[in-house]
Amino acid sequence: MNLFNEAKSLVKVNIRDYGMYIALFVIMLTFTIMTDGLFMSSRNISNLLDATGYIAVLAVGMTLVIVIREIDLSVGFAAGFMGAIAAILMTQMGVPVYITIPVILVLGVLAGLLNGALVAKIGIPSFVASLALMLIFRGALLQVTEKTGTINVNDDFFNAIGNGFIPSLGEVAGLHVLSLILGLLCIVFYIYSEITQRANKKKYQFDVMSTGLFIVKLIFISAIIAYITWILAGYNGFSWTVIIMLGVVALYHFLTTKTVLGRHIYAVGSNPEAAHLTGINVKKITYIVFGSMGMLSALSGILFTARMQSASTTAGTLFELDAIAAAYVGGVSSAGGVGKVTGAIIGAIVMASLSSGMNLLGVGVSYQYMIRGGVLAAAVIFDVMTRKKRG
Amino acid sequence: MSEYILEMKNISKEFTGVKALTDVSFKVEKGEIHCLIGENGAGKSTLMKVLSGVYPHGTYIGDIVFEGGVQQFGRISDSVKAGIAIIYQELALFPDLTVYENIYAGNEVKRGGVIDWNQTIVQAKQMLEKVGLDVNPEVLIKDLGVGKQQLVEIAKALSKNVKLLILDEPTAALNENDSENLLELLRELKKQGITCIMISHKLKEVISIADRATVIRDGRTICTLDGSKGEITENSIIKNMVGREIDDIYPKRPNKKFGDKILELNNWSAYDAQLGRHVVKNVDFHVKQGEIVGIAGLMGSGRTELALSIFGNPKSYKLQGDLFVDGMPAKFHHTSDAIKAGIAYVTEDRKGDGLFLAQDIKSNVVAANLKGISKNGVINDNEEVKIANEYKTSMHVKAPSVEQIVGKLSGGNQQKVSIGKWLFVGPKLLILDEPTRGIDVGAKFEIYTIMNQLISEGMSIIMISSELGEVLGMSDRVYVMAEGAMKGELPIEEATQENIMQLATQ
Repeated sequence: MNLFNEAKSLVKVNIRDYGMYIALFVIMLTFTIMTDGLFMSSRNISNLLDATGYIAVLAVGMTLVIVIREIDLSVGFAAGFMGAIAAILMTQMGVPVYITIPVILVLGVLAGLLNGALVAKIGIPSFVASLALMLIFRGALLQVTEKTGTINVNDDFFNAIGNGFIPSLGEVAGLHVLSLILGLLCIVFYIYSEITQRANKKKYQFDVMSTGLFIVKLIFISAIIAYITWILAGYNGFSWTVIIMLGVVALYHFLTTKTVLGRHIYAVGSNPEAAHLTGINVKKITYIVFGSMGMLSALSGILFTARMQSASTTAGTLFELDAIAAAYVGGVSSAGGVGKVTGAIIGAIVMASLSSGMNLLGVGVSYQYMIRGGVLAAAVIFDVMTRKKRG
Repeated sequence: MSEYILEMKNISKEFTGVKALTDVSFKVEKGEIHCLIGENGAGKSTLMKVLSGVYPHGTYIGDIVFEGGVQQFGRISDSVKAGIAIIYQELALFPDLTVYENIYAGNEVKRGGVIDWNQTIVQAKQMLEKVGLDVNPEVLIKDLGVGKQQLVEIAKALSKNVKLLILDEPTAALNENDSENLLELLRELKKQGITCIMISHKLKEVISIADRATVIRDGRTICTLDGSKGEITENSIIKNMVGREIDDIYPKRPNKKFGDKILELNNWSAYDAQLGRHVVKNVDFHVKQGEIVGIAGLMGSGRTELALSIFGNPKSYKLQGDLFVDGMPAKFHHTSDAIKAGIAYVTEDRKGDGLFLAQDIKSNVVAANLKGISKNGVINDNEEVKIANEYKTSMHVKAPSVEQIVGKLSGGNQQKVSIGKWLFVGPKLLILDEPTRGIDVGAKFEIYTIMNQLISEGMSIIMISSELGEVLGMSDRVYVMAEGAMKGELPIEEATQENIMQLATQ
């Protein structure tokens, strides 16, 4: 009973953080029941996650942009344009893929810094600056693809980024072995880091969760990781897209929660004037956040081009709005200073689950848009309500 | 004999388990100026919110009797209709609209659903006349000083046929001149039959203007003092407010010892390109180690601008002149340079540009010195909590834990967090800009004690303050500024309220 009460108060305090996990669970459960389990099939989940990849990485960057009270509308066509440049470099100029990818990422950073310069140095509102860049990238994308139309990419290595899976190392009972090993490593790493953190807190004589609840939590999260691993291992295992996506989230999660840079980003978002008077270089942070957004746009372009195995004249259309929606569903606040990158990825998966589930059910596209719009509104309403309650 | 315009009977109000008001009774006579006094968090604002309908009928216990009838205000507009108007500390004006648009905002002069602007201007002029404000009603609010904005707020209230005017710390942001004008206006309005409730922290004001004064402490009515019986004195108010007698609110500092000059300015000027004028003019100034230097002056005299021009120049003024730190010439390109040189600046506007209100105490405390809790750019969370707890204890911050959101703390506790944040940087020179504005007597005393403690540890302090009592009580040396220039430097023995005011108004 005590354990239950502790868990209850934990959920109550963190309702804002847990809300979207609960929402995702409810959405997945609903679709699973309505599709007789088809939704949670290995194949569907694998496809769903792969289709989320190029939006999810944008949503991670967008979360930080929104955290510092800015917006970046240029990311969609920036991704489209960078993807096209990658295709041109590889197919028309014969640049090897291992050079192309870093070059494109650097180009992305430069594009982001240009945006940052317009905002931080010249002082243009980011809505307008990035709108201008969006038009420019759109034009540039058309310009480079105009003559050839869609550019097909034949490089197997490159295309694997969007379609391929990690090597299997054999199969056990139809399950992908390397994926199982990776999943197991994840669980081991998770349990190890939780235990060391708890030990550290005890060393400082801080209050920690009761042992019972702690073990329940460990088992619960481990079970979720194990379940996802098991599902994916039943199809083709982890795809490269999922690995990249997880890598990006892990890196950004670390940067935002554990580093001085992360603190500075949230400080600037929370109160720019106070941040400046605290000795934080607000302009530098703006450059860094937009630069990172540019790099992630380029990565998104690479993921999308690889997935399509081609660069098209319309690639990147409306990516920015999907990314912004995912970030808001993930709990970022437009008032600045609040929002997590882990939320962004959940937000992206929520939105992708809705599309996937409704496709399986044969819901018309027109209704799909309306329902996704409703979910976006509901997410923000939930956010506002929980904040009011705390306030 | 006298008739009550307002009686609040046995009001209790609870916020999820916390009692904000307990059985409060509060009576205001018709046509009087009644001051409401209490420490921050005592429940004054809550009581006024109950009265004005911010907390609607049903969310509190007790009765409100206004003009003889029990009122049940469901929303703010109900109380406005009844003739009650509140003017909050943070003015609710639209800076980009004109004076007349502001006066009639929400109460537009209409003819058949269409606004009659000409009639609006005519009426606005009458209202401005009533409050003695001589400005063109077509001027934009942002082009007026705070004092005049305050008068526009009152004009706005008068335009709604107000019977009971409530002012929440009306003079907190005003200089002595504007404050005096405002008090004069309140006396004038009283003659016209308008009853007034004023919340104030400035005891001198209360003594000079109040007919009666009610003291609230910890959500309870302590007493009502009657001015006509000579009951309203500084001692009686403070005693009832804090529940103890403070003999001297400025703690003494024994064995003063001053070292070398740690900061010196020669012929220092700052030009604000946006305003198109010099905000600091040819200032010579220095601070010695172990000294509290007070900078007095009226608001807008360039004191904050001087501090900012020293502290890494965040407003990008064009600077001229020489700055020496520890006798060596120094040049700061960013606030971070000034911090590295051992200077810290606690802003006058802690909510606006001092604290991260949406973040918790611990994040605020370590914000200026993340290096102190991190290794290779990676933060040690546990170290953070430990440090924050240390400052919470040493600064007497009243909060359940260091995870408490700073926006929820009272003004005094916010100020302590603000100072704690800079102490964790370990500065040599602490610049305090209006360190006790808007905080109660008890917290003030604590902050003065902390200042003395820091001095005894070898720090130096520049204290910018509009409160002359504080300047005289705490400083070792006083500078007086006016219109961006240093008008004088006084050793504390020679400084008096009179000669400081004389220099400040030159």
